[in-house]
Amino acid sequence: MKKLLSFVLFFLAGSTLYAGGYRVSIQGQKQLAMGHTGVAVISSAESVFFNPASISFLDGKMNFSLGVSGIIGETRFENKTHGIAENTDNPLGTPFNAYATYKANDWLSFGLAVYTPYGSSVEWEKDWAGSHLINDISLKAIFVQPTIALKISDNLSVGGGFIYANGSVEFNKNLNRNLTDTDGNRANVTVEEKGISAYGYSLGVMIKPTEKLNLGFNYRSKIIMEVEGGDADFQNIPDDLFDPSTGAQTNLADGKFDAELPMPAEITVGLSYEFCEKFLFAFDYNFTQWSEYEALTVVFDNDAGVSVSPRNYKDAETIRFGLQYEAHKKVTVRTGIYFDESPVQDGYFAPETPRNDSVGYTAGLSYKINDKLSIDASFLYLHFEEIDNSYDHYQENGQNVSFGGTFKSSVIAPGLGLSYKL
Amino acid sequence: MKNFKYIAIAALGLVACEPELDNSVEDAGFYSSGDANLSKFVSVGNSLTAGYADGTLYVAGQNNSFPNILAGQFAKAGGGIFKQPLVNDNVGGLLLNGTVSDLASNRLILDESPLGIMGPAPIAGTPSTEISNRLVGAFNNMGVPSVKSYEVAESGLGALSNVNTFTAPAYYSRFASSDTSSILDDAMAQAPTFFTFWIGSNDVLLYALHGGDGVDQLGNTDTNTYGQEDITDPTVFADSYTAALQTMTSGGAKGIVCNLPSVTDIPYFTTVPYAPLDPTNPDFGPQIPTLNGIFGQLNQVYAFLGFPERSIVFSETAPSAVVIKDETLVDLSAQITAVLNANPGFPAFVQSFGLPAAASPIVANLLGTTYGQTRQTNANDMLVLPSSGVIGTVNETSVSNLMTLGLPEALAIQFSAEGITYPLEDKWVLIPMEQTLVANAQSAYNTTIKSLADADDNVAFVDMQAFLNQLNNGGISYDAGVVTSTYASGGGFSLDGVHPTARGYSLIANIMIDEINSSFNATIPKVNPAYYPTVYID
Repeated sequence: MKKLLSFVLFFLAGSTLYAGGYRVSIQGQKQLAMGHTGVAVISSAESVFFNPASISFLDGKMNFSLGVSGIIGETRFENKTHGIAENTDNPLGTPFNAYATYKANDWLSFGLAVYTPYGSSVEWEKDWAGSHLINDISLKAIFVQPTIALKISDNLSVGGGFIYANGSVEFNKNLNRNLTDTDGNRANVTVEEKGISAYGYSLGVMIKPTEKLNLGFNYRSKIIMEVEGGDADFQNIPDDLFDPSTGAQTNLADGKFDAELPMPAEITVGLSYEFCEKFLFAFDYNFTQWSEYEALTVVFDNDAGVSVSPRNYKDAETIRFGLQYEAHKKVTVRTGIYFDESPVQDGYFAPETPRNDSVGYTAGLSYKINDKLSIDASFLYLHFEEIDNSYDHYQENGQNVSFGGTFKSSVIAPGLGLSYKL
Repeated sequence: MKNFKYIAIAALGLVACEPELDNSVEDAGFYSSGDANLSKFVSVGNSLTAGYADGTLYVAGQNNSFPNILAGQFAKAGGGIFKQPLVNDNVGGLLLNGTVSDLASNRLILDESPLGIMGPAPIAGTPSTEISNRLVGAFNNMGVPSVKSYEVAESGLGALSNVNTFTAPAYYSRFASSDTSSILDDAMAQAPTFFTFWIGSNDVLLYALHGGDGVDQLGNTDTNTYGQEDITDPTVFADSYTAALQTMTSGGAKGIVCNLPSVTDIPYFTTVPYAPLDPTNPDFGPQIPTLNGIFGQLNQVYAFLGFPERSIVFSETAPSAVVIKDETLVDLSAQITAVLNANPGFPAFVQSFGLPAAASPIVANLLGTTYGQTRQTNANDMLVLPSSGVIGTVNETSVSNLMTLGLPEALAIQFSAEGITYPLEDKWVLIPMEQTLVANAQSAYNTTIKSLADADDNVAFVDMQAFLNQLNNGGISYDAGVVTSTYASGGGFSLDGVHPTARGYSLIANIMIDEINSSFNATIPKVNPAYYPTVYID
């Protein structure tokens, strides 16, 4: 095992580092522990997410998996020109997942998945140097995915699921870098909406060329979360605010807003290979169509009008490796590594998603309490290099103003789950 | 054993979770104070040091005083805490023994007038800062509004008895360490290691602000005879300044001194045009023919007496200059009255206003005394900012005086229009002679400041005159625009037209940091002016 691991690391040493946006890749404790591979892994009910087709090949009549992780993430920001140093104080993120599969007969299986693939909780100090871009954001989305899989032969299955997404967003930023009320309190706006509904689908194919080798393919469609008539709450706005160029009164009364946020399509291909009886190696390649996210456009119904914040994301890849070893009849250990490419391009590094390329190191184990029930533990450490970058597309007085410096993020996510097999 | 391994990995992850930069701005030595020691920073000065803006002291303004901004940046290079004697609210103004005092006014904000026009107006609210309620403790910011050079070392300046009699800068009373202390005593008691010392503006500014109503005390070194609005004798200034600076550096402290910007370059003097009377104004335009008819009579007298340059004419197509009293002119009152009385056509002219012919001597006398020392303003005159609220309004004192003389009220009102029929008093305009006195004094003070700074390596010099010149000529750019000295909209000056906005103070802090960095080999980072507000809107 040691040899293999060092080979893998060597192989990867020359590749670029990879991470991404507001995608949270924690959709199962077993698979997370293996670098969040899984498109070609047949192991538990977690497969409903990773590849709907693969549930056809699960042992047992019914499978259940349940898990939750705690994301402890923090970002440091420094600007040397002005001597600014800030840390986020992010609340604990808790992505969770619940999966169930049911084998109706030899060729037909059903599955149900509930998971949280997108989310972001970033909280900077109120009125910090980048408060004209963000004070805090809380973005949540729960996906519910009823799934069906058909075993076409012992070597091939296909599957698909319908996704119902339910999301909420709360976002606060200051209107600009200096507007205050007469007491010096910064003018800011909070946009908030709950219960946003959207729909999509997931499709999968699983091929088993040999007993030991699996090939998997999964496509998850894009889902656009659209807000219509969300609440926009404007705070500390001077009553007599006016446009200095026209002299006209500016109305920034509380009102409504429209906006949309894409959750992009994701294509995954991968393989898994069993060797030496007790080992399983898995490899996944994700391609996420982040280029969908061109701008965060918020339309207010007052004089704030249309606010366009260019994002200009690029498509991004993630390369994942995982290894599993049945160390003991009751204990299975797992480890993995992944290279996550950030979709954020230079000059678009907004502090609401301060994500640059990262490397995820994962580990975990399952402990079998009995033949049916096991406990799954996982751990993720996401490593970010420090990066000098900026957001250059904020406008004040009609001109682009850059906000930037050095960012460094760090994330750990311990998780715990249960698997149950009937 | 395997579990142990993973626990070890987990522990490693937890430790690594706090993101730290390889080379952090919070690392010791990242920024250096160079040869300066910033651990105890004390600022001595006047309103500009106190953070005064919009015509008063208020908390939001004080928070953006240049010494407080400096201290924030100093803290990144070894600076200590910085305490300011804050007022109690964001209203401004002062209470004296529970009563709202004339010592200070409510803060000015941009407000919508009943006619829907945005303009400066006092903020609503009652002051809550009780001047007799003395703050306890030492304060790093020893800026005292309206203090003059010879007052910084004056013992007992902060005694409340001085406040009651309006003989001293009131705000020192609120945070003086005792009734017998001086501003310098309180500054030195803190054993400063670094200081800013910016004093002298009020030695000439208060004279100018009041349109030169005070006295130029050139040659008089007895400050006991000085009024608040007088110009300090340059020798008095030099002696006081030299002694105060010696005290400031006596403990080995390094520091910054600043010269004085040209007083008459501030918006207070440059905003109101010398010809502010607009013929398209419905309250003024239609009256112009009548006014020119009346002044036509007077203009003939001026011509007859050999002073045609005193003629008063209002244009029907272009903005007109206002009528002012200029005490430097030869007083023609008696001659005017005599000429009018000798004019056989004058009684008929008087009758045309509905007055009896018998009133002719009274009217002749009235015109003589009113217009004996008057002229219209020209491009060399400076109307002070508050004159904009006075020009064209009715002077009620004049109305009652005229009615006492027997004029009907309507006529009395017509002859009491400020700057039109009623000459603006001296305090509303700084005439060229007064500007010269101001410039001479300021230039003498600046020579003193510069030579003292040049003679002491521990004292760095900041050229505030050049700074204001820059604001006046194109402005100072920042990442989202340009800061200029234009009143209200330029961003550099607050609504009192004299004191900077928070953004203006941030620029001042930055040029001081530049000077400290170059003079004392420091690397203190500057602030971004974009984050500092300008004028406040209601």
